[in-house]
Amino acid sequence: MTTRLSGTDLTLAYDQRVVASQLSVAIPDRSFTVIIGPNACGKSTLLRALARMLKPKQGAVHLDGSVITTLPSKEVARRLGLLPQSSIVPDGITVADLVARGRYPHQRLMRQWSKADEAAVTEAMRATDVTGLADRIVDELSGGQRQRVWLAMALAQETPILLLDEPTTFLDISHQIEVLDLCADLHEAGRTMVAVLHDLNQACRYATHLIVMREGSVLAEGDPAEIVTPELVEQVFELRCEIIQDPQSGTPLIVPESRRRVTSPA
Amino acid sequence: MNVRLGPWSMRLAPRSLAVTALLLLIACAVAVAAISTGEFTVPVPDILAALAGEGTPVAELIVNKLRAPRVATGLLVGAAFGLSGAIFQSLTRNALGSPDFIGFTAGASTGGILAVVAGGSAAVIAGGALAGCVITAVLVYALSYRRGVQGYRLVLVGIGANALLLAANSYLLTRSNIYDAATAAAWLTGSLSGRGWDHAIPVAVALALLLPLCAYVARPLRMIEMGDDAARAMGIRVEPVRAVAIVAGVLLCGVATAAAGPVMFVALASPQLARRLTRSPGVTLASSALMGAVLLTASDLIAQRLLAPVQLPVGVVTAAIGGAYLAFLLRKDRY
Repeated sequence: MTTRLSGTDLTLAYDQRVVASQLSVAIPDRSFTVIIGPNACGKSTLLRALARMLKPKQGAVHLDGSVITTLPSKEVARRLGLLPQSSIVPDGITVADLVARGRYPHQRLMRQWSKADEAAVTEAMRATDVTGLADRIVDELSGGQRQRVWLAMALAQETPILLLDEPTTFLDISHQIEVLDLCADLHEAGRTMVAVLHDLNQACRYATHLIVMREGSVLAEGDPAEIVTPELVEQVFELRCEIIQDPQSGTPLIVPESRRRVTSPA
Repeated sequence: MNVRLGPWSMRLAPRSLAVTALLLLIACAVAVAAISTGEFTVPVPDILAALAGEGTPVAELIVNKLRAPRVATGLLVGAAFGLSGAIFQSLTRNALGSPDFIGFTAGASTGGILAVVAGGSAAVIAGGALAGCVITAVLVYALSYRRGVQGYRLVLVGIGANALLLAANSYLLTRSNIYDAATAAAWLTGSLSGRGWDHAIPVAVALALLLPLCAYVARPLRMIEMGDDAARAMGIRVEPVRAVAIVAGVLLCGVATAAAGPVMFVALASPQLARRLTRSPGVTLASSALMGAVLLTASDLIAQRLLAPVQLPVGVVTAAIGGAYLAFLLRKDRY
């Protein structure tokens, strides 16, 4: 397994509150890595550290063999993109203008709009199916459309590695699937994708590499079909469950046990 | 609209260009009108002659000593207020985050009044205003700092500081003798009357030094409006950009207040008016500066001519015009 992005012996903290210590992860190249775990387990914090949004108290994040904070910030932005959990839509901006902002790391003061910029924006909008919305005001779009526009902006950045912090939050189920299918397409096209997700079944279905976290440490990682067991789910989420095969994808499907069984199968 | 010229390329919005050009034209027209008209009319060709030092002594006195410096001060101060307002509204992501609402202008006033009470010359009053503005900005920034500065915290702390400083200003006026109080009160309304080249030149120097800085941070600032993480993900070093922008914004506000007094509303209204006219997303620096210049000089022209020979302080007119126009635009706002 080769890896361009990894974190070694990370201690992650907000001020004095330590979220994780001695944490090491490696993102396999060309994988669709999904980080999962209960609320407050440090999964978003880990993603933010990998994307250099949070400086580790100890340890280091490496990108292509260099400590990420020693690389010029714009240079990193040409290799690694991040879709944050929440971004602010500038007042009155159109879809095309917002997507075009994804080209920032490729631009210079004197070269603000090259042909490569134009081609990347066109392609990003095509891939996310927002070409038809180009002249619409982003504020006026539905949640699902807006998330596709943010993804298009991240795509226009043309980074081989793309990190997504809970890209499906606030979306209804059909839009969640739409966004995840799109991520799977991007992964198939050759990108390394890393996403923090909440839904274990969706994680199992889409991930090629699953990182399971609890209380700031990694409990298991690998192919979901190999690592996801009732014991692991109980250990991580304190939830008893059965695991069956997802009839659509053949991946593990978690069926939670509730405290009171309504009917048992005949 | 894409413009490419060899290795240079830019993306320009035709509407922004048109609005910017129009604002430039209006600024020129207002300047010419302000220099030409009044109790003693100077025809336009005579203005040029006087500026070149080839006019009649009367025309040269009126143009070079009285009207041109006043217009120049108005244009420069207006541009500085407009820019400063645009910078802080962008940083705080809030229209109310403009220096005349978050205490910076009030702090400049406190400095100015203290200088008046101490019996200072015009230069000392200007220095006091600049110092008051900078000290207030440092305090507001320090009080709202918590792992970086959040826009809404800066606005709330600033509004608190504003209230406190306005109270302090009133107190200072009641404690000072009647002559100082009258001088301070006149300065406090904000006025361009009697402004000479010694007022215009410091603002011009400040703008010349700070404009390149503003141009440099304009694009990253627009990205930071989308959130700190989103900007960092694009390779922007958020804290240094923000620090440069704050320094530029505070100095512009301080220098402008030092020259013309705390003229209200230009910093608040100019970026909002410019944004609605250009229909560009977020706050734009260039059009905000031009809008500030137009708003202040046009207001001053009206202040001089409307009730002539009674002269109004320009601050009264900027509030009336800017406020009315902003209300009109907001009424049909689609955003």
